[in-house]
Amino acid sequence: MADVLVTLIRSVVLIGILLTGMAYMTWFERRVISRFQVRIGPNRVGPAGLLQPLADAVKLFFKENITPFTADTLLYPFAPAIALFAALAAFAVIPIGPTLSVGGLRVPLGIADVPVSVLYLIGVSSLGVYGLVLGGWSSGSKYSLLGGLRATAQVVSYELILGLAIVGVVIISGTLSLGVIVEEQAHAIWFIVLQPLGFILYLIAAVAETNRAPFDLPEADTELVAGYHTEYSGFRFAMFYMAEYVNMITVSAIAATLFLGGWSFPILPGPHWLLIKMLLFLFLFVWLRATLPRMRYDQLMRLCWSVLLPLGLANVAVTAIAVAAVG
Amino acid sequence: MFEGLRALARGMWTTLKHVGRPPVTLNYPDVKRPLPARFRGRHRLYRHEDGLERCIGCELCAAACPSQAILVIPAENDPEHPVSPGERYAKVYEINMIRCIFCGYCEEACPVDAIKLGPEYELSDFARPDFVYTKEMLLEPEKYAPRRQYHPDVDKPRVIDVPPEDDLGTVYRTHHPIGANTGQAEH
Repeated sequence: MADVLVTLIRSVVLIGILLTGMAYMTWFERRVISRFQVRIGPNRVGPAGLLQPLADAVKLFFKENITPFTADTLLYPFAPAIALFAALAAFAVIPIGPTLSVGGLRVPLGIADVPVSVLYLIGVSSLGVYGLVLGGWSSGSKYSLLGGLRATAQVVSYELILGLAIVGVVIISGTLSLGVIVEEQAHAIWFIVLQPLGFILYLIAAVAETNRAPFDLPEADTELVAGYHTEYSGFRFAMFYMAEYVNMITVSAIAATLFLGGWSFPILPGPHWLLIKMLLFLFLFVWLRATLPRMRYDQLMRLCWSVLLPLGLANVAVTAIAVAAVG
Repeated sequence: MFEGLRALARGMWTTLKHVGRPPVTLNYPDVKRPLPARFRGRHRLYRHEDGLERCIGCELCAAACPSQAILVIPAENDPEHPVSPGERYAKVYEINMIRCIFCGYCEEACPVDAIKLGPEYELSDFARPDFVYTKEMLLEPEKYAPRRQYHPDVDKPRVIDVPPEDDLGTVYRTHHPIGANTGQAEH
């Protein structure tokens, strides 16, 4: 009983931290992308614009939740909640720090360390697709439907690449448990060195999964108004927006965990190193957005199926052969 | 494929270089852009040294204005108490700032240097009638023309003492509507 309570409290704390982190991720993105564009970002609301996310949240909260006449009344409010839930739930299995020994009690840092956490991760991110497709379809508008279909096809295709990149890491470490993967990297070497192609594939797939530039055609303003979240307003739109940023944070955390060793570091390992590595990836996301033009939808799909999929399969094959040869 | 990757890397490096440059943003309203010397902002009517108004009510500015924003109704000068040197003065002089395009033609047309355009450009206001600037507002803008843009961190509160009997009026007058009778010297 006490365990359940403790886990519940931990989950609530983690969700609180994630949502605050997501809010300040928006601040981070706006300030950093402004520096890439030789301008200052928001700096009026609070010192250095730090209260800007609060102002945005309050504004979105008070906006009217418009439901289109042709919308499916049951699914329409549900879709953003599904997207946000999937984005938040994936963070449950990420090991935040080494297992502490507090007075004889072993306290693992992180919500849950299931033996099949990698499988859980891939499953939960597949759940997020429902948010996209239901959001697009239940809006009852053609732009939303098209945007939703494109987003779904893109996310599903790149999930394959994500899976292949992760399988490479799993073959090397021999386990599906994220906690064990991080500990192996702490003792041996970070997997980015052993799996450089897998890392690059994972990065590209992560950018495509989160619908970020240059793969952000499903929500491109100039193409599809706003894609699958055209008809959403107020807090429901805020939930889609939050889901996108939490997704970004989650894939950064997974990349840091699988390839850069999570919380491990030669000097002073701990959760702060995970944060630093995540910030590196988040900076990379913003840098990509500031630099690259948007890819056309057919170019995007062709890249996935003609280039990345064979590379991913080749990566898995070579990794398996190498692991079997070394023994 | 490698040319593609090289191009990608060069693009990323280009944007990264920008981070090192100082931003070009001006923190308005704390910092305002320095204006050129001949900047055309809000108009102002001038007086001679002895206190007489320069404007002689010739209506050349009203004729020159491309947007017909100026309304001048002249009147004859009372010889004992002249308002301007000359036979006429402008009894009513109004500029509709919404119609004004700040071209400066009125300043160029004026034969006596009565109207000039100054450097004020922060002219926002809330209601259309308030944009019709009367002669009093144009003659003594510091006293009569309130600045509606108020930034508490930059501006000090302004005390405007308008004498109570001065009714600047709230009537919105369309200037030079088609076919209207405008500007006749009173006798």
